[in-house]
Amino acid sequence: MQRTTMDLWVGVFVMAGIGALLILALKVGNLGTYSAAESYTLIGNFENIGGLKVRAPVKSAGVVVGRITDIRFNTETYDAAVTMNIDNRYQFPRDTFASILTSGLLGEQYIGLAAGGDETVLKNGDKIMKTNSAMVLEEMIGRFLFDKASENKASEDSDSDDDGKK
Amino acid sequence: MPRRIVIGIRGVGHRVIDSIWRLGYASRFFLLTLLKSGISFRRFGLVIRELYFTGVLSLIIIIVSGLFVGMVLGLQGYETLQRFGAESAVGTMVALSLVRELGPVVAALLFASRAGSAITAEIGLMKATDQLAAMEMMAVDPIARVVAPRFWAGVISMPFLAAMFSVVGVFGGYLVAVVLIGVDDGSFWSQMQNAVDFRYDIVNGVIKTCVFGVAVTAIAVFEGYDASPTAEGVSGATTRTVVTSSLAILGLDFVLTSVMFRGMS
Amino acid sequence: MTPETLVEIKGLNFSYGERSILKGVNMTMSRGKVIAIMGGSGSGKTTLLRLIGGAVRPSSGYVKVAGKVVHELKRDELFEMRRKMSMLFQFGALFTDLSVFDNVAFQMREHTDLPESMIRDLVLMKLQAVGLRGVHNLMPAQLSGGMARRVALARSIALDPLLIMYDEPFTGLDPISLTVIGNLIRRLTDALGMTSIVVTHDVQESLKIVDYVYFISEGVIAAHGTPAEVRGSVAPFVHQFVHGEEDGPVSFHYPAETYASDLKLEKGFA
Repeated sequence: MQRTTMDLWVGVFVMAGIGALLILALKVGNLGTYSAAESYTLIGNFENIGGLKVRAPVKSAGVVVGRITDIRFNTETYDAAVTMNIDNRYQFPRDTFASILTSGLLGEQYIGLAAGGDETVLKNGDKIMKTNSAMVLEEMIGRFLFDKASENKASEDSDSDDDGKK
Repeated sequence: MPRRIVIGIRGVGHRVIDSIWRLGYASRFFLLTLLKSGISFRRFGLVIRELYFTGVLSLIIIIVSGLFVGMVLGLQGYETLQRFGAESAVGTMVALSLVRELGPVVAALLFASRAGSAITAEIGLMKATDQLAAMEMMAVDPIARVVAPRFWAGVISMPFLAAMFSVVGVFGGYLVAVVLIGVDDGSFWSQMQNAVDFRYDIVNGVIKTCVFGVAVTAIAVFEGYDASPTAEGVSGATTRTVVTSSLAILGLDFVLTSVMFRGMS
Repeated sequence: MTPETLVEIKGLNFSYGERSILKGVNMTMSRGKVIAIMGGSGSGKTTLLRLIGGAVRPSSGYVKVAGKVVHELKRDELFEMRRKMSMLFQFGALFTDLSVFDNVAFQMREHTDLPESMIRDLVLMKLQAVGLRGVHNLMPAQLSGGMARRVALARSIALDPLLIMYDEPFTGLDPISLTVIGNLIRRLTDALGMTSIVVTHDVQESLKIVDYVYFISEGVIAAHGTPAEVRGSVAPFVHQFVHGEEDGPVSFHYPAETYASDLKLEKGFA
């Protein structure tokens, strides 16, 4: 094997390897979509985050505008402090509403931002004041049953004979 | 009867002491290889030569296997996901399995059997034919001149090979899912890009391959250098390289996975 | 120690664990001579070469090369010393991944900063000395056994050493190659003024070319002398060895119980 041919092949090999790593980063991964742009941080306090995970997307009108970077429990207020990185291209008014939503019936959970009408925008490190907790299935079922029960009660009140027999 | 038990216990003790001794010997050898790596970088031509043998010659097996693994993942993923009506997530599944696990692990296993065994056999044969002793007598350190360049070539080529494996695998999955079955092209890529995180998935996968590369080549050069200088010795060492490094890859993979992906998404 | 003496060995003992290989060996080897060390297989000849080269340490006694005790040298001093010596291994030990040219050039490239054009001239000179300038482009696998040995010889004289050790250079060669190698050893030793130590059991070929012979048997020097003295020797071991007799001081039979008792013929069954 001639030395020059060997060098050529090794060069091709290394370039193909670096190319493969780049494809992985840009085409397969999301490096191209978010960390290239500058971002700023927002914090939101939620009473209950349900199954929200770090790295879950932050969407507004269905468009991914950022990602969740940190979730921790706040021992003073006994709620969850969620830190999210938002792309600098997207600015939100101060009265933006953040709620934890689920994509599809059983899909992953994400934060949805609904913009308000305020003039001033949120800055790096600001806190989102208006938040809406995650829907927890047990709570929903519990509320549903409670509603059903009170409905029944209302109808039973008009028909008190049955009630008395019970 | 008690005598037989004593002999049995002694056998266990002997094995344990033996393997600890060997582990220490191997670690010392590994350290020496690192210490004597200077020449590999001052005369990079030596490493380039070995890159050809470990990297370029492993390309075909890596690319072909990557393509097939990706195609199978595409088929199986579609088969399973379409039951839940989530067939557009097939790209996510293929990419995540490849980038996190199959790319690093399968590429490293193939690398161990293709390049690792070749390194062991080559160094073992050099020892069996007195080439290492001759080098030593010529005042050239065989660890610096023979072992270190092969070690570094293996360490360098492993991440590249694994990355190519993953890329070709994703392409194979794309071929099956999009071209053959007809999953939507756009959602295949966009779902994949949504779910695969650069730092979390790809960087961790690359770290894994680097660790596997070090482990496989360290085992390969050690087994070759330590082989008894006979035909049986070299063939035994080659077998040991493949077996030990395969086990090391799978064991390390578990450890690394549990550290990297613990308690997250 | 006269200035003529290159290698001096005194009271050399060596053992692998319990097994004693060399027991109190004394030798002196002068510059410009070809010295043969003969002995049966497993008599410790190769170990002696390894001791001279500093690959193993003696249990007691010492080997002095060019006035320095080999086993007391530090690693870099030992490597410095080894540039002045060379060893020709049994089957040549050519680097199989390098061409003949690169094999001969190996030490020059590793140890000197000579420009490539000068290395080329030197390599071709060395190959010319062994008559193989024409094969410099081939790989070692393409050479015959005798040719490989000659290339290895060219490689071992690459840096003009003071001392070359040959580990059984005649093994497995046809009679022509054998004579060629033997004559080359003699001629190169004379031309370069170096010292050659030939470990061999090829009596007839080596007696033709050497200046002095040591016989080693079971770790001690059984006899020594010039080839003429050796040929005329009446010492039973030397006689047996030189004439290749089956039985003598070196017994055909490995020590064992008597044949009859091993076959259980002595008592009861007879």
